[in-house]
Amino acid sequence: MSMVIEQFMPEKFISPTLKTIPPSGIRKFFDLVSQTKDVISLGIGEPDFVSPWHAREACVYSLEKGYTMYTSNLGLPELRTAIAKYLAERFGLEYDPKDEIIVTVGASEAVDMAFRTVISQGDEVLIPEPCYVSYNPCAILAGGVPISLETNQETGFKVTPEMLEKSITPKTKAVVLSYPNNPTGAILNREELEDLARVIIKHNLLVISDEIYGELTYEGNHLSIASLPGMQERTILISGVSKAFAMTGWRIGYVAAHRDFIAGMVKVHQYTLLCAPVMGQKAALEAFSSCYGEVLNMVEEYDQRRRIITKRLNDMGLDCFEPKGAFYVFPSIQNTGLSSEEFASRLLQESKVAVVPGNAFGSCGEGFIRCSYAASLKQINEAMNRMECFVAKRL
Amino acid sequence: MRTKILKILANDSRISLDQIAIMLGTSLEEVKRIVKELEEEKIILKYTTVINWEKAGIESTKAIIHVKVTPQREVGFDAVAERIYRFPEVQSVTLMSGDDDLSVTIEGKSMKEVAMFVAKKLATLENVQSTKTHFVLKRYKVAGTIFDETEEDRRQMISL
Repeated sequence: MSMVIEQFMPEKFISPTLKTIPPSGIRKFFDLVSQTKDVISLGIGEPDFVSPWHAREACVYSLEKGYTMYTSNLGLPELRTAIAKYLAERFGLEYDPKDEIIVTVGASEAVDMAFRTVISQGDEVLIPEPCYVSYNPCAILAGGVPISLETNQETGFKVTPEMLEKSITPKTKAVVLSYPNNPTGAILNREELEDLARVIIKHNLLVISDEIYGELTYEGNHLSIASLPGMQERTILISGVSKAFAMTGWRIGYVAAHRDFIAGMVKVHQYTLLCAPVMGQKAALEAFSSCYGEVLNMVEEYDQRRRIITKRLNDMGLDCFEPKGAFYVFPSIQNTGLSSEEFASRLLQESKVAVVPGNAFGSCGEGFIRCSYAASLKQINEAMNRMECFVAKRL
Repeated sequence: MRTKILKILANDSRISLDQIAIMLGTSLEEVKRIVKELEEEKIILKYTTVINWEKAGIESTKAIIHVKVTPQREVGFDAVAERIYRFPEVQSVTLMSGDDDLSVTIEGKSMKEVAMFVAKKLATLENVQSTKTHFVLKRYKVAGTIFDETEEDRRQMISL
């Protein structure tokens, strides 16, 4: 009797849950950009500034001193203290560095951990779109069901209390807020946040608030939903040094939340990542203590570029919502008759300017493109000149 | 607004006033008016360029001279400073705290020319007690600008 041995197929072993998650929609486009020469890229989602020298130098020094070990799961105590102080001074938030703050491997890990800590099978998570690409997959991986709330240009890409009310079911557990928003640059003012908070409290929901772009706010000071009455305990506040301090590659983020949430997250964190790399933590500590002046300089520069690029886009005939935060503009390209992806790939091929098609950030991003102004003024102006010619042919 | 305009111009003196107006969210007329004011008040003295002369193949010898002087009644250091900064060889004069009083930068064709200028013109001035000449060997960073910047854009072309 011979046994039939089934052929080994890796495909069969891949988790069905993972299979429901589509791969990043812009992979092909990314390859196309990488193969094209002399491209000016406005498609980059990270600062064009190199990390402040103070932070880099502190990291080098820490390596020389032999800081190469694990840290506490929560992160270096002095870094948590610096984060608590920063959150208090900048946003009027009070967190105990002892057990209400955890240092993470970028805000990305924080998003993943937040979902895994609070989501159980079938819990619904409300996610306003267009938004950064990781909320949906992370919610699914945690067993949750992401529910897209589609915002539009007419309402300034802001999620409204009505949208929340309409989508809340008995299974709804959490709402993701990511303002200032990637890709639209939308922010929420106090009144808008208060309106949302009322609905959130009424339905006893949790907020996962990704405020990684908080420091890059160009009208007034960034307001965290956690600072509203009754909201701190039900908000998992996520941020990090990547955007504000131009420290993306260091992978240092943090969560500030009620100690019970942090206690849950530290479990996920200690069994998966153990701790954020100590050299990054050392650099971040230095950033908080001596690089805030550079943050202000960078914000000032982004703000100036923001005005230039918004005006240029509007002048060339693309209807462009005025971004109030982050470093993106999200113009409508509907009047060119092209889809987001067609626009992006033709612009790349004909004019050698890279932008990201809006549908990468959710289906309601169709008809828009994301242009990053984390590029020098010279590059922005040149990219706008090229894009102007491209658009002129199609209007 | 004045400070913001100054900061932009200090970074790029060739930028158009039109661009500045957009960058600061104000009108061209407003920027024109302020720049004119700044020029008239001699806050903006000159629109200049940072040049790596060495790279352009134009050799010159620079030295930083620390000068100790006897301050004079009523005018303090100002009178002797003026006697020094009027020389065309002198690029800059700064009053400093510390052991010496004035820091003077001098440019000449050769080491000999600079040394002779110091010996004949500077050191012999009334009220100058002593001079210490330091020749410049290499300039790394001038006016906030690194000459041989090796940091470039290393980001990936697309990221979300």
